[in-house]
Amino acid sequence: MTGASTETGPTIVVAYSADEFGRAALAQAAEEARHRGARLVVVNATRGDALVDTRFAADDEVAALEQKLTGEGLEVEVRHEVVRDVADAVVEVAVAEQASLLVVGVRHRTPVGKVLLGSVAQRVILDAPCPVLSVKPPR
Amino acid sequence: MELLLEGFQTALTPTNLLFAVLGVMLGTAVGVLPGIGPAMTVALLLPVTYNVSPSSAIILFAGIYYGGMYGGSTTSILLNTPGESSSVITAIEGNKMAKAGRASQALATAAIGSFVAGTIGTILLVLLAPTVADLVVQLGAPSYFAIMLVALAAVTLVLGASKLRGMIALFLGLTVGLVGTQTGQARMTFDQPLLADGIDIVVVAVAIFAIGEALWVAAHLRRRPLDIIPVGQPWMSKSDLRRSWKPWLRGTAYGFPFGALPAGGAEVPTFLSYATERKLTKHPEEFGHGAIEGVAGPEAANNASAAGTLVPLLAIGLPTTATAAVILLAMQSYGIQPGPQLFDNEPQLVWGLLASLFIANTLLLVINLPMAPLWAKLLQIPRPYLYAGILFFASLGAYSVNFQAFDLALLLGFGVLGLAMRRFGIPVLPLIIGVILGPRLEEQLTQALALSQGDVSTLWSEPVAVLCYLLVALGLVGSVVAGVRRRRGGSDHDDRPQQPDQPRAGAERVEAGR
Repeated sequence: MTGASTETGPTIVVAYSADEFGRAALAQAAEEARHRGARLVVVNATRGDALVDTRFAADDEVAALEQKLTGEGLEVEVRHEVVRDVADAVVEVAVAEQASLLVVGVRHRTPVGKVLLGSVAQRVILDAPCPVLSVKPPR
Repeated sequence: MELLLEGFQTALTPTNLLFAVLGVMLGTAVGVLPGIGPAMTVALLLPVTYNVSPSSAIILFAGIYYGGMYGGSTTSILLNTPGESSSVITAIEGNKMAKAGRASQALATAAIGSFVAGTIGTILLVLLAPTVADLVVQLGAPSYFAIMLVALAAVTLVLGASKLRGMIALFLGLTVGLVGTQTGQARMTFDQPLLADGIDIVVVAVAIFAIGEALWVAAHLRRRPLDIIPVGQPWMSKSDLRRSWKPWLRGTAYGFPFGALPAGGAEVPTFLSYATERKLTKHPEEFGHGAIEGVAGPEAANNASAAGTLVPLLAIGLPTTATAAVILLAMQSYGIQPGPQLFDNEPQLVWGLLASLFIANTLLLVINLPMAPLWAKLLQIPRPYLYAGILFFASLGAYSVNFQAFDLALLLGFGVLGLAMRRFGIPVLPLIIGVILGPRLEEQLTQALALSQGDVSTLWSEPVAVLCYLLVALGLVGSVVAGVRRRRGGSDHDDRPQQPDQPRAGAERVEAGR
């Protein structure tokens, strides 16, 4: 599962969330992967401490994504799991896969939102072991 | 009728109206959230409302009670996890409807059905409760004693799958009720002056409901999130309405009597209503794939039963559900003794409460129809935030009862007991009812024996008492026979840990119940 990247060429890790930000990030990551001939690792994680997490993709959505990307000729691996901390999980995958690029979706946050919630994207950008490409959804 | 109009005058003052709105909002919110129910909420709010007038507080609590019944259905339908035990059945057809893209119709039939049933139930309550009170007031202490025994037996034996676990909970509750020196001699006080006044029931209720649940959630914090079905505004077409109105009425007919009986609760009538609709439907092929009748009937039944449980509560002072038990506590903390004299002693409070039930019911329809998608958003709150708030209110509440740190220690102790009960599938309701009814049972017994100067035969000197003992005996024999027969049949369902009264692994539970 881990550390095989040197043999198969570069790896791109994308932090996916089941909303427009995640989809923008994934679309960009897929394009980069095609350019670079890289393997794509999609991470969709949740802390699992709320009953419903709309950013955590449903199983059939994940399957559809995987199928679509594979159909486009990409080598795709999806990590779809419950973790202690989403940002840490994304960074850990990037470290383990020796990723050459990490893609995240970023959003505006209101001042109240900044107080209440930590930003996954911000921590991924600051902690990542590799260059990070941050993507906004098209307006 | 005149009294009811006066009640509306009480209930429609701006303050009380505000409390009614607050109550139904809170009630819906806690109804939507699985694991947090109206009983816990009322217990948490008890100490907060000490400064509010009794009628306002009772109106608030009644709003929470009715609101919980509405909110539970939203979670059942959209998430396939019942928000409340009373909406377990709703999830069967409701979630199937939502998956088939008919979530709006399911939510609409649940909300309107709840409104219809709640209104009819409340009318029946208004008609029945004073009559029952007039009958009950003529009864003597022996009959009261017997009626309470029936309630204890029913809560223990009828509800819940395991009689043994029910008994364990009941006797734990009765034991807690014994602590103190109220009877003259010190019982189970362990020479602790702090225990001399007994253990405050508020502390026990808050600990069992709130701390126990919080510890349980903390032990199971990280779970795979559930898939929620997105939904727009609830609405229904004419054909949906045609298929719904009969199940609403039939559900009401099941719910109210079952609620009014001492063996109350919404589980039995909702299940019966579901079974009936399944039998009577003109669309049998839709059952199991999202039939609207299967949502309409049970949802009406659970609201009607909520109204029904208020009959024994107001007329006899007998709680049959967890929420009713905590509302009884609230009344006692205001120095109001529910029972047959209530209608004569506190007409303003009682009729204000009854009028506010009509208002709460209407408010619930108004806020639930357009706002159901908004309520569903509550499910996205991370549980640590939610339970931090609950723990804060629980500690504050327990401390403010007597302003003694000792109560906090008790709170923690009983909280751990609550966690253990959830872990081992022991129902919470018999414990709470035991704590509340235990001392009153004793009081009636002492009174009866004092009047008869120690002659025990006074206990079966009244016809009502004899009837009650027969009922208890019948129930005991029946449950033993059923147990033996089941064991012969080779089925060992009773050995499985029974789900606590507030379902958490709800989806699985519904699957297993099918």
